[in-house]
Amino acid sequence: MNTFIKFQFKSVLIFGIVLLTSLAGCKRDLEELTPPDYPTDPNVFIDGFSANLIYAAFGGSNPKAFQVDKEVTYNNSAASMRFEVPAVNDPVGAYAGGSFFTTVGRNLSGYTALTFWAKASQSANIDIVGIGNDLGANKYQASVSGLAVNTNWKKYYIPIPDPSKFAAERGMFFYSEGAESGNGYTFWIDEVKFEELGTIAHAQPAILLGQKDTINSFAGITTQIGGLSSVFNLPNGVNQTVDLVASYFEFFSSNEEIATVNSTGVVSVIGGPGTAVITAKMGGKEAKGSLTIITGEPFQTAPVPTNNPNDVISLFSEAFPNVPVDYYNGYWAPFQTTLSEDFTVGGDNILSYTNFNFVGVQFSDPIIDATTMTHLRLDLFFPNDIAPGTQFKVKLVDFGANGVYDGGDDTNHTITFSSPTINTQNWISLDIPLANFTGLASRAHLGQLIFEGTNVSNFYADNIYFRR
Amino acid sequence: MKKILINNSLKINIAVLFVILMSFGCKKNETQELDDRSWKLVWSDEFEGDSLSQPDSTKWTYDIGNGQGGWGNQELQSYTNSPENVSLDGAGNLLITAIRNGDNITSARIKTKGLYSQKYGRIEARLKTPYGPGIWPAFWMLGDNIDEVSWPQCGEIDIMELRGQAPNIVAATLHGPGYSGGNPITKSFALPNDRFDAKFHLFAAEWDEDKIDFFVDDFLFQRIEKKSVTNPWVFDQSFYMILNVAVGGNYVGFPTSGTPFPQTMIVDYVRTYQKAD
Repeated sequence: MNTFIKFQFKSVLIFGIVLLTSLAGCKRDLEELTPPDYPTDPNVFIDGFSANLIYAAFGGSNPKAFQVDKEVTYNNSAASMRFEVPAVNDPVGAYAGGSFFTTVGRNLSGYTALTFWAKASQSANIDIVGIGNDLGANKYQASVSGLAVNTNWKKYYIPIPDPSKFAAERGMFFYSEGAESGNGYTFWIDEVKFEELGTIAHAQPAILLGQKDTINSFAGITTQIGGLSSVFNLPNGVNQTVDLVASYFEFFSSNEEIATVNSTGVVSVIGGPGTAVITAKMGGKEAKGSLTIITGEPFQTAPVPTNNPNDVISLFSEAFPNVPVDYYNGYWAPFQTTLSEDFTVGGDNILSYTNFNFVGVQFSDPIIDATTMTHLRLDLFFPNDIAPGTQFKVKLVDFGANGVYDGGDDTNHTITFSSPTINTQNWISLDIPLANFTGLASRAHLGQLIFEGTNVSNFYADNIYFRR
Repeated sequence: MKKILINNSLKINIAVLFVILMSFGCKKNETQELDDRSWKLVWSDEFEGDSLSQPDSTKWTYDIGNGQGGWGNQELQSYTNSPENVSLDGAGNLLITAIRNGDNITSARIKTKGLYSQKYGRIEARLKTPYGPGIWPAFWMLGDNIDEVSWPQCGEIDIMELRGQAPNIVAATLHGPGYSGGNPITKSFALPNDRFDAKFHLFAAEWDEDKIDFFVDDFLFQRIEKKSVTNPWVFDQSFYMILNVAVGGNYVGFPTSGTPFPQTMIVDYVRTYQKAD
């Protein structure tokens, strides 16, 4: 009997040692990586809601779009998730969308992808499916756009961009989808779970869509690094792009005396002249794409207006409260080429128009009654040399008695400026008497301000207002 | 009686222990009992040389162009000897790269034909595969007498080929008269939860007068014995080696818009051995 106990003890000891050894030898063991505070449950929806899972529809979507389906399921399992996408103008909601999240975070750092099976009542591209949306901070949201589904069940993968970020994740799965060509349809998703897949490989993170961009900038300007994604090669050899948020990345500036970049990817240009290159890494891996910032002399902001706010109707200024403006660039198709690259210098917002031919600013809701005003005031800055023949035109449009665009009662007038009024590298303050807009039948229903140019490729504008 | 009891309990504990060990799923727990064999290196290329230089011309020559019928397989690529398709990387590797430029696909196929061939022995290559639908890398051999007796009478030994849409599966195959084209003697090997393009793997054939064995990372996954092949055995002569990356064709299907290009097969070395006495 004695011997028996001894032997048993010995074998338990051996068992323990081998167990420890085998644990240490395995790659990426869940218990090893993180404290066991959060459950590591990989299942989201197999044949029903997994532990602590909640569904909430996104605002404006059809709140009943999601239902548990016991008829159409993958591989004759007990239940699947059914999503009914409403048609355009369906009164139940404009789209189908929502998030499946848990009340308690899960430690998913031992997995590499969310996988699921899906099929649809017709071929369709689901606008967005993703992970990391907890209807809160969505700190580690990652999503796939335009997921192609058809009438056959097929397995899909959303790679977890950096599993170490998923140590306490609540956002299990989310989706958003609108009608296809105006029509509603239905899609099903089943067997939603996290997996540790060694068959997903070749992560290639990118910022700025992988482009090497260069901008000329000034101290005081802030700009957001966008175009954040990572490509993964799926088990079928096909690349999948996953759109990411900034918190997956670590950002770097090559010259912190010229520009700094914070953890959310906001670049602040702080000095010059000089050059700084902004780069990023995800999970220690260098991202494709960079932003080279070349700074010149510090940017001069426009002079701050000193008018009494009671004597002003302001369209765009930090000095006065602004009236509602529909847009500062109407992108009027098909002839407009002008793009907007507005920026902020030291808290002062600047309108920046590039590739300029003409651009419309509209304020139709409500229209402006400027009958008590005497002048149109605006500050302009032309950064490039003024070519011979350069013209800059300011056009005001009055919408007439009907108060809306067109209808046969609109009137307008254009005033043209040229050199030397128009000159380079200076803020030019135009103070145009409204009486000079002689073509206007009235200025009680002003709705649009339009800029047109000849030989002007780009300009900045600030402090646009009517005054008396 | 006492003693037996003790032994039984120990056995049970060991059995439990093994079950637990298996359930942890560490890779490569599987072991094989293989014949003892002693090999002597007879030929190798370690692919040492400057970046962008061509592989050793005393060891390798090229197949160039589109081949007849896409090299008999309706393959899409045109083979070149341009450094962008085939060159050394300066770090001891050979790179064979398939490039798509619009509808034009180029790649490379190199062979030891006329320079080196071998009968029997061990033939191995350590390499990392390319990937993507329609990508078809291979390390293989053809009988030296192909120009006299033609294919498949010359025999073909495919040590490694892979379909890029399944980057975790390789196949080893014999083609001969009566078992060629779509009807060869073939077997696949799948990496559990891993891929052949993620890191280097060693692909080998061990070949004698009775059989050909195929290995991945020294794991024997396919043994083809002469006595089990009812059709003529055409593997008692010298064979030369081939490395290539094909794109499209009967075996692999066509690349899709989702196939990433360029795609590179990275070869660390090719070595051949004969039995040491």
